[in-house]
Amino acid sequence: MRSAIHFASAALALAVLAFAAVPPVAADAPDPVADAKAFQKYFAQKFPKLKLQDFVNGPYSMNEDMHRQWEEKEQFPPYEFSLDMGKEMFSKPFKNGKSYADCFPNQGIGIRQNYPYFDEKEGKVVTLELALNRCRETNGEAPFSYVKDEMAALTAYMAFTSRGKPFDIKIPADPRALEAYQNGKRYFYTRRGQLNFSCATCHVQSPGERIRAEVLAPALGILNAMPIYRSEWSGMGTISRRFATCNSQIRGVPLNPQDDEYRDLEYYLSYVSNGLPISGPGARP
Amino acid sequence: MKNVMRASIISLSSALLIASAISTLAAGSEADFKAAYSAAEAANKEAGALRNQWTVTAAALADAKKAADAGNFDEAVASSKEAEALAKASIFQATSEKEAWKALEIR
Repeated sequence: MRSAIHFASAALALAVLAFAAVPPVAADAPDPVADAKAFQKYFAQKFPKLKLQDFVNGPYSMNEDMHRQWEEKEQFPPYEFSLDMGKEMFSKPFKNGKSYADCFPNQGIGIRQNYPYFDEKEGKVVTLELALNRCRETNGEAPFSYVKDEMAALTAYMAFTSRGKPFDIKIPADPRALEAYQNGKRYFYTRRGQLNFSCATCHVQSPGERIRAEVLAPALGILNAMPIYRSEWSGMGTISRRFATCNSQIRGVPLNPQDDEYRDLEYYLSYVSNGLPISGPGARP
Repeated sequence: MKNVMRASIISLSSALLIASAISTLAAGSEADFKAAYSAAEAANKEAGALRNQWTVTAAALADAKKAADAGNFDEAVASSKEAEALAKASIFQATSEKEAWKALEIR
């Protein structure tokens, strides 16, 4: 009897130890592949008539009248000046004789779909805007403002050379990359500002709805069209400008362009749109 | 004559008391502003550390400063208190959203 009790105690102790040795798996452990699948499924179900690749046209994909407007706009696109300016800037050498082409794989042509990427040396997300300014600084040039025309022009040209190529954002097997992805996801869903809105309030819960005169774009494919010409801005806008404006519109103080939170947000939003084609530069109302 | 003198002394004392109370009140208002403004600034700084400041808080702080510069301490105190309330709301939002954001997630 006594040995039976000892055996049972030992078995129980072993069982407890065995469970303790298994690393705890959090119910909400990040799973980017499952996230992207659920994200795309959500939008496909919300807008069953839309093809997945049409989401990159933002509000213009939401109804027929707007789609016709977009087709007409594309005859003489308002971003054309910016595109020409970007092409010229991109090919013009720096004072040291080098150029943007020297800083990027494939001389910077047709690579937009791979940005942002996680730089394992730095341990952080690197966006295309950031990489462009780093290229300038490495070559002795002053960085451009992240929210003004020069940066929009350069990214417009680079996006144009990638048109039709599907977003192909990678999350390397590095816990820091997964953490950056998760931070971006958290930022996207976190309510902020006096209006208590998150990015998802507008772009997940209410795409296709009007907020004042604007039709809200779906979050799926929202960055594929960047940079964009916005009639509301009467000019071009970069991703940095878009994030900062969203924050101010909900009465939150924007962070600095290319702060970690915005880089991570861009990483998350781009990743969940993997497979959708680059359509930038775009035009929006 | 004694009564007149007593009345004068009482009047003078009352006048001095009222004058002193008014000056104390005015000085108190400026001190109140400084205390209220500093509390609002501290709360807004805390919101900044949580990366969640609101534009309306900054606007209320600017209004408070402007009113104080114009010598309108009542308004300056009111704006400072509004700024502090807004900053505290933004702190509450940032703190509660640490977990609450998950409710919005597409799964």
